[in-house]
Amino acid sequence: MSSVVSLHGTTTHHAHDDHHGHQHESFISKYVFSMDHKTISKQFLITGIFWAFVGGLFSVIFRLQLGYPDATFPFLEDLLGHWAKGGKLSPDFYYALVTMHGTILVFFVLTAGLSGTFSNFLIPLQVGARDMASPLLNMLSYWFFFIASIILLSSLFVQTGPASGGWTVYPPLSALGDASDGSKIGMDLWLVSMAMFIVSQLLAGLNYITTILNMRTKGMSMTRLPLTIWALFFTAVLGVLSFPVLLSGAVLLLFDRNLGTSFFLSDIVVAGKILPNEGGSAILFQHLFWFLGHPEVYIIILPAMGMASEIIAVNSRKPIFGYMAMVGSMFAITILAFLVWAHHMFVTGLNPFLGAIFVLLTLLIAVPSAIKVFNWITTIWRGNIRFTPGMICSIGFVSLFISGGLTGIFLGNAALDIHLHDTYFVIAHFHIVMGVSAFFGMFAGVYHWFPKMYGRYMNNTLAYIHIWATLIGAYLIFWPMHYTGFAGMPRRYFDYSGWESFKMFTGLNEFITIVAIIVFAVQLLFVFNFFYSIFKGRKVTDPNPWKATSLEWTTPINPGHGNWPGEIPEVHRWAYDYGKDGKDFIPQTTPVGADESKGH
Amino acid sequence: MNIVEPVQRNRIHPYKFNLWIAIGSMLMMFAGLTSAYIVKRNQSNWVDYELPAAFWFSTAAMILSSVTLILAKRSFKEKAMQAYRRYVFVTLILGTLFVLLQVYGFSTMWKSGLTHNSTVSVSFLYVIVGLHALHVAGGLVALILLALKAFNSKVKTYSSIPVELVATYWHFVDLLWIYLLVFLVMIR
Repeated sequence: MSSVVSLHGTTTHHAHDDHHGHQHESFISKYVFSMDHKTISKQFLITGIFWAFVGGLFSVIFRLQLGYPDATFPFLEDLLGHWAKGGKLSPDFYYALVTMHGTILVFFVLTAGLSGTFSNFLIPLQVGARDMASPLLNMLSYWFFFIASIILLSSLFVQTGPASGGWTVYPPLSALGDASDGSKIGMDLWLVSMAMFIVSQLLAGLNYITTILNMRTKGMSMTRLPLTIWALFFTAVLGVLSFPVLLSGAVLLLFDRNLGTSFFLSDIVVAGKILPNEGGSAILFQHLFWFLGHPEVYIIILPAMGMASEIIAVNSRKPIFGYMAMVGSMFAITILAFLVWAHHMFVTGLNPFLGAIFVLLTLLIAVPSAIKVFNWITTIWRGNIRFTPGMICSIGFVSLFISGGLTGIFLGNAALDIHLHDTYFVIAHFHIVMGVSAFFGMFAGVYHWFPKMYGRYMNNTLAYIHIWATLIGAYLIFWPMHYTGFAGMPRRYFDYSGWESFKMFTGLNEFITIVAIIVFAVQLLFVFNFFYSIFKGRKVTDPNPWKATSLEWTTPINPGHGNWPGEIPEVHRWAYDYGKDGKDFIPQTTPVGADESKGH
Repeated sequence: MNIVEPVQRNRIHPYKFNLWIAIGSMLMMFAGLTSAYIVKRNQSNWVDYELPAAFWFSTAAMILSSVTLILAKRSFKEKAMQAYRRYVFVTLILGTLFVLLQVYGFSTMWKSGLTHNSTVSVSFLYVIVGLHALHVAGGLVALILLALKAFNSKVKTYSSIPVELVATYWHFVDLLWIYLLVFLVMIR
């Protein structure tokens, strides 16, 4: 217990020492059903790494099909059995693979693996709290995620295979069991898994918000919070308000699938048979889905933005440029996130006037995004830069965010979107702006906070090889897709070789596949580095190895449950006093001196 | 940032804060469902239906239960434990009555041919009202735990946090029901 509830409903914190409350912890309560936010964070991270491996492997398998549509790969039959007879992927399973790749990467890796890891790890440590507001709910949040993981994993092993209607699971394909193999039990498992996942995210989000607003240490006013915390706060707000809407869509879809209702179905003929469903609307699901789906992309990117801001400031030895502008722009992104969902639906027959409003609101997001990019660059500008692995990842993140963000302006335009929607241009756009760039934010976070997590360093040489190969590889994979997309190559097709107009891209598709395999192999280097360093990495000897100002570095090198052995430190300044009054950095815990210059 | 601002901490108990955010989250789910209802309502082949009379009686039970819970909370704060036990018990009865009346309302609809998959409008009614009833059932579980604690003479209760948490949640499901009822009556 880190706190007790007293008579008057206030919380009093107990000082922790190394002997208090820890000696009775068994292996199970310490590492499995742990309520320590740091352990839960590591659970999220390692589960996320597992899923990233699975999701990445799937992309390699379907890239093999796209790069070499005529070849057979006998090892695929060994791996996938009847889904790859004779070493040739079946079209049905191809769709299952792209669906699972999207679901796993968007939800299980870049939502749970990213904000689950870093919200849990950084919020209590950086705001100065012993643990989350409710450690029990926090633990439950991980275990709901675990159950969701098991259910999704089990759907890979059912006879008819996992869901295969795309990660957006649009009805009628997802609502009718007879529509395809992937619409059968696999789809039900997908929905149940997602419901569990949503519960996990809601429990987590409640805790993040409450801890940030309610459990800050003395002196830690909101304007003194590191930008990571602001970013994780807005992420949690987005999750708590948008995931329930997806849940309502999932409930209605489950009813349609299993109880004969017609929320999303009307006038459908399957295999010559007229279905009795009347009065539903498939578009309605798209509204419910994208009301979550669009905030979801900010749920993915905001934590990366926050961590990049922090790491860039620390490693440029300069205060972050435009702190309040950074907070304001994240606030603006959070608000706009709820007002742009229909830009995914320009071609569904949406009223063009409504479309025009969504174009305007969508393009408005360019403003806060540009402010952020400008501030990152001006923070680096003339800084005393240390190119640590975390720093290079953060710069890589900014680069990718710019490249991917610019193509968002194309797609946000309804007129252009009519040509570009559902082509490889879209694939290129979102993989760069929220896929790879969020991954770079995540890598940055892991490299930067690994010493705090495990008391050891990761290997720098392996890290540099990993980062550069991934950055160059990501551009080589996704840059060509802009061209194929412009040329009209649609996404989600099993084989393009049957079309005369796409034959010229055969070589390009093969090239993308080769690079994708290399990039996947390089990720294994990261995984090796991560697990090897947990046990064998160079030990941390300095509690503050990056010379950072924020509170997490005032804890012991291996903090116990409760984080600080004595009292929680008091905060006297914001988190970005770098290079002030000729000093390299001034920790947040240092009181303001009488002769110190004003402002920052 | 040179002046140390005294930040008032723990103005509101973390659990209460958690609950308020959870309420926001639950509201979003019902907002999603009711806006889907409006979207669907404006399309063709929408069939109007009559709400079962039982829903009006259940509303009365729900409002009364909120009142008794307010009285229970007040009694607890005044340390009038006898009255507190009585009011918690009455709230529990009224809450159970609410759920039973909702079920009864559905059964009368079902018997008149308005089954859950008869038409989209009625399907929506089943899902929305059913999900609300589930939320009330969750509140009932909390009330039962509260009552067990209140009637167990071995447990000494000092903290008012559990009572306040249950009360906040219960008033929320009460107000949510009134919103849903007004919504279902108005949007036709």
